Amino acid sequence: MGLGSLFGRFFTGLFGKKKNLRLGIYGPPNAGKSSLANRISKDWLGEEISKVSHIPHETREVIVKEKITVKSKGKELTFNLVDTPGIATKIDYEDFIKFKMNAKEAKERAKEATKGVIDAIKWLDNMDCVLVVLDATINPYSQVNITIIGNLAARNIPVLIVANKIDLKKSDVKRIEAAFPQYPTIGISADKGTNLEAFYDELFKLVKQ
Amino acid sequence: MLTLQYIPHHEFSHLVLEDKLKKIMKAVKDDKILLIEGRLDPIEESELIKRTMSEINKNFSGIEIASIDYDLKKQELWDHIRKGIANLLLKRRSIVREIKKDPNKIELLTMEKKKKR
Repeated sequence: MGLGSLFGRFFTGLFGKKKNLRLGIYGPPNAGKSSLANRISKDWLGEEISKVSHIPHETREVIVKEKITVKSKGKELTFNLVDTPGIATKIDYEDFIKFKMNAKEAKERAKEATKGVIDAIKWLDNMDCVLVVLDATINPYSQVNITIIGNLAARNIPVLIVANKIDLKKSDVKRIEAAFPQYPTIGISADKGTNLEAFYDELFKLVKQ
Repeated sequence: MLTLQYIPHHEFSHLVLEDKLKKIMKAVKDDKILLIEGRLDPIEESELIKRTMSEINKNFSGIEIASIDYDLKKQELWDHIRKGIANLLLKRRSIVREIKKDPNKIELLTMEKKKKR
């Protein structure tokens, strides 16, 4: 954790809420981070912020949408939303060729994706709260998930785990809850808009921490 | 052929981060499966990911990492990190086809050698 961030957190604690709360969206590739960012932005600003696709590493740079105000049950919450590239330990351009890209496009995408992962990790120090988005159809015990959550724990950043894709048959929110029991978990479908009211309730609780 | 390099705690834990990363990257790029007694902490792991990303090219597509017993359930994360159990690291597209992991075990599935007829 950087000294600046440490002091920032200390003084925020002393003197109340920061004006520009940064809410980060982190997770492995293709978990639905940008779908959730779009859902939040569309719900409260009426516009999407990120491109989404089924091809991994669609988001290859950090995208910030400033001043999103969420209202729920008479309460209001304003934050800057930070959509980050998926964190991975491996990026193989040949994987993109399977999605009908030519070699040049695939190599370019891989190069951008590696930079995106580095940027996403660097941005961890700037976050006030984080939504960790996991694909609820996939085994959560991956090293990337553990590394992300371990990093957030080391930095004392409040975390809400978002188990996405609950509209899919194979989804299992309980498996994610069991993997990371020290954090609250909420099951949603960012794509279909399922369980978003409960998600926003949890978001308010997260920011209060 | 599988080469497993075991690094005991006393050979690794005193190293500064840069030296740890160098040691890991060298072994992994030499196609060794690295078993480290005592684990990297999450910040070190994220630094390893950053280093890996910066070195990816057409011949090196990244690494696989697996940690044995990272017991988040007991709320004793730092105890477990300090005591450490083990980190397993290897190059992607090595002889290992897949790593299967659950909270208690890691399985390495190797590539099957094609039979000559």
